Amino acid sequence: MAGPVLTFTDRGIYCPAADVHIDPWRPVPRALITHGHADHARPGHGAYLATHAALPVIRHRLGDISAEGLAYGERRVIGGATVSFHPAGHLPGAAQIRVEVAGEVWVVSGDYKLEEDGLSDPFEPQRCHSFITECTFGLPVFRWAPQATVAADLNAWWAANAAQGRVTILGAYSLGKAQRLLRMLDPGIGPILTHGAVEATNAVLRAQGLDLPDTRPVTPDTRPRDSAGALVLAPPAALGTAWARRFGPSATGFASGWMRLRGVRRRRSADRGFVLSDHADWDGLHRAIRETGAENIYATHGYTDIFARWLNEAGYNARVVPTEFGGDEAEDSATAPADTGDAT
Amino acid sequence: MKAFAALFSSIDQTTKTSAKTAALAEYFKTAPDPDKLWTIALFSGRRPRRAVTTTQLREWAAERAGLPLWLVEECYPIVGDLAETLALLLPPPTQQEDRSLTFWINHLREMSRAEPEARKTALLSAWDRLGTTERFLFNKLITGGFRIGISQKLMTRALAQATGQDEAVLAHKLMGAWTPDDTSFHALIEADDPAADDSRPYPFCLAHALDTPPDALGATEAWQAEWKWDGIRGQMILRGGALHLWSRGEDLMTDRFPELARALDFLPQGCVLDGEVVAWDGTQPMPFNALQARLGRKTVPKKLLREAPVILLAYDLLEAGGTDLRALPLQDRRARLEALLQALPPDAPVRASPCLGFDSWAALADIRTRARDTRAEGLMLKRRDSPYLAGRRKGDWWKWKLDPLSVDAVMIYAQQGHGRRANLFTDFTFAVWSGNDLVPFAKAYSGLTDAEFDEITRWVRKNTLQRFGPVRHVRPEHVFEIAFEGIHASPRHKSGIALRFPRMARWRRDKPVQEANSLDDLRALLAEHG
Repeated sequence: MAGPVLTFTDRGIYCPAADVHIDPWRPVPRALITHGHADHARPGHGAYLATHAALPVIRHRLGDISAEGLAYGERRVIGGATVSFHPAGHLPGAAQIRVEVAGEVWVVSGDYKLEEDGLSDPFEPQRCHSFITECTFGLPVFRWAPQATVAADLNAWWAANAAQGRVTILGAYSLGKAQRLLRMLDPGIGPILTHGAVEATNAVLRAQGLDLPDTRPVTPDTRPRDSAGALVLAPPAALGTAWARRFGPSATGFASGWMRLRGVRRRRSADRGFVLSDHADWDGLHRAIRETGAENIYATHGYTDIFARWLNEAGYNARVVPTEFGGDEAEDSATAPADTGDAT
Repeated sequence: MKAFAALFSSIDQTTKTSAKTAALAEYFKTAPDPDKLWTIALFSGRRPRRAVTTTQLREWAAERAGLPLWLVEECYPIVGDLAETLALLLPPPTQQEDRSLTFWINHLREMSRAEPEARKTALLSAWDRLGTTERFLFNKLITGGFRIGISQKLMTRALAQATGQDEAVLAHKLMGAWTPDDTSFHALIEADDPAADDSRPYPFCLAHALDTPPDALGATEAWQAEWKWDGIRGQMILRGGALHLWSRGEDLMTDRFPELARALDFLPQGCVLDGEVVAWDGTQPMPFNALQARLGRKTVPKKLLREAPVILLAYDLLEAGGTDLRALPLQDRRARLEALLQALPPDAPVRASPCLGFDSWAALADIRTRARDTRAEGLMLKRRDSPYLAGRRKGDWWKWKLDPLSVDAVMIYAQQGHGRRANLFTDFTFAVWSGNDLVPFAKAYSGLTDAEFDEITRWVRKNTLQRFGPVRHVRPEHVFEIAFEGIHASPRHKSGIALRFPRMARWRRDKPVQEANSLDDLRALLAEHG
């Protein structure tokens, strides 16, 4: 009998039939990459394969790499395996990776969310036998309100700050969350200013045809009077720094799924926390798993022990991807992940 | 409850004290009187009797959410607060109605009198009628510990802003054993209280830490030296036939130390003393942990009054015969203090804190090394010709503390923090060597930077050997310097030793685990300093 379609190695998820790794964290000859976040797309691999829509950001971040793109749904035979990329809804270009060997199908979820954000290609469930799923927010306390509700809160807060003569500074990771927020903001309230890191990613995504509202990059010459009534979009690390103080009186906010927890919200020391995540919530994880039809579930990234135990009680054959393989500093579940931003 | 939830949210959404006070003051201007009274009660540590046990809360919430109990239990340490955990787990309400805070508190009180089945029905019905934030607050009313970033002091300040009354006067009105059942907002807050005026304290004079040798202070004759006691700073006020005791945080703590009221028998009216409240064994202060048992209690059991009676070790006289003496030089105030106290019998609850004679800085340094023998934590140096100034002015008052004791210890258990530190591993247990075994001897929670807590949290997640509920047994790999203020024998602890105020002074990345201290080292410290 043939071995499993995918195995877990000290470099990451490996497909023996194709001799490729998926989102490996140490250099390998050939890597399939789900999306451009730093803890999934790492430097040093011999060759990269990702979706056409994910590649520009990956190239922007990793520089001169040998990379090739596939369209969503396009099948590629590699050795004894057929691989394809399918929308994960996490951010533009993000994919689940489907691997089929001799009729057995495994899917690696990468990071995903089910709610349509108007920016990313919506999540498409893939029927499979085994599903390797992230579970960053795999606890029943994590449930998201609809994006429109969060957008209304966000815009009301911005408008109130503007009315009080305060600049609004919103912390969000520069790839994905920042662009999603841009689409949620009401440009009628005031100008939108961007930190260099956010603007660089905006430029890459605009160049590939994404429709984002007008933004004004913050420069060393930007003064408080230039930003009256403005919203400033910046990476979390910029909050509370000299960079952020240049805008004068301000209100700070932060958008992340972790903001659901009061303790985390308070630790960020932002004035407001908005519960907005690019990951599936508790209900979303369950719906995704159900729709794969998979019997075997591998939990990775997050509250894996708890989530797997719960799935087992619910009748699945669930296992934890061993932590020494699945563990990953940038995404280690609750350690102020917002600082690296990938797990928000 | 919506107005109260909105108040909570605006307090919770800001880190600025002024904004919190303003939000609370606004609430005190607009809320109905019964809700105001309950708000004051809640923020001054009063709460309705517990209607259901936390076990029942968990079980009923699990049942309502359709989740196994173990999953609810797993969520709790991650969220860090039971009331919040349950509020987040429960399905959204099917109906929402806006009832007052007082309505829901009464609902709770009726629940506590009901039969168990009816109690459950009433709880589920409340959960089903409240939004997430209101539900969280409702749960908080049940679980108690209503700490949401509002101290009694901040609440008093907001009340002062809302009513235009003096803060100290209000603090006095809020004292005592009132409950919302036996008073009204008008009677408690708005009505005149002549005694309140009499209770008003002077602002405390605070000392700076001396971190260089005192030689730079000049001639020794210009300075008065005293022990720096390890107690609670207190200002004792005798006016209008009553006694009032204020803490340095300007909390009124008269009720906590009822034995001090006997000072009224010994001291004249119109008199204000500054000093240190300490537990007293008849000849010297008891270790701080004796006093610790008295703190955080609104009422004091007789047994504790007997075991750890307190006195005021007075070191300054701020008012006498109803006259403010603060502008006088310290040496004059001191002379009048001694004259006032010298005739007191030995069992009076006030004594003068002695001045220490010394003729050179070297001699004083020598006295300082003996501070622990006197149960002091160092010395105070005060300029003899200085007036009593408000606040922390540099130059006249110095504290010259002993260096803390310290040992190097190995981290063996880690637990997540609560509240702001939920989700971070911040509570650690440390061990020292006993032969080839590591014996736990202290817990510490503070002393690391946020970045270090982040780093150790990532490390703990990857190096957990075993879990006991929320506690993780971790690989014994990291050595920390644990600093502490005192050490005493304790049969309750496995190591036989208890420390006073242990904290992490440094992460000793340079030290291998084998070089951590041993239980014998701790015993030697105990013999020397215990």
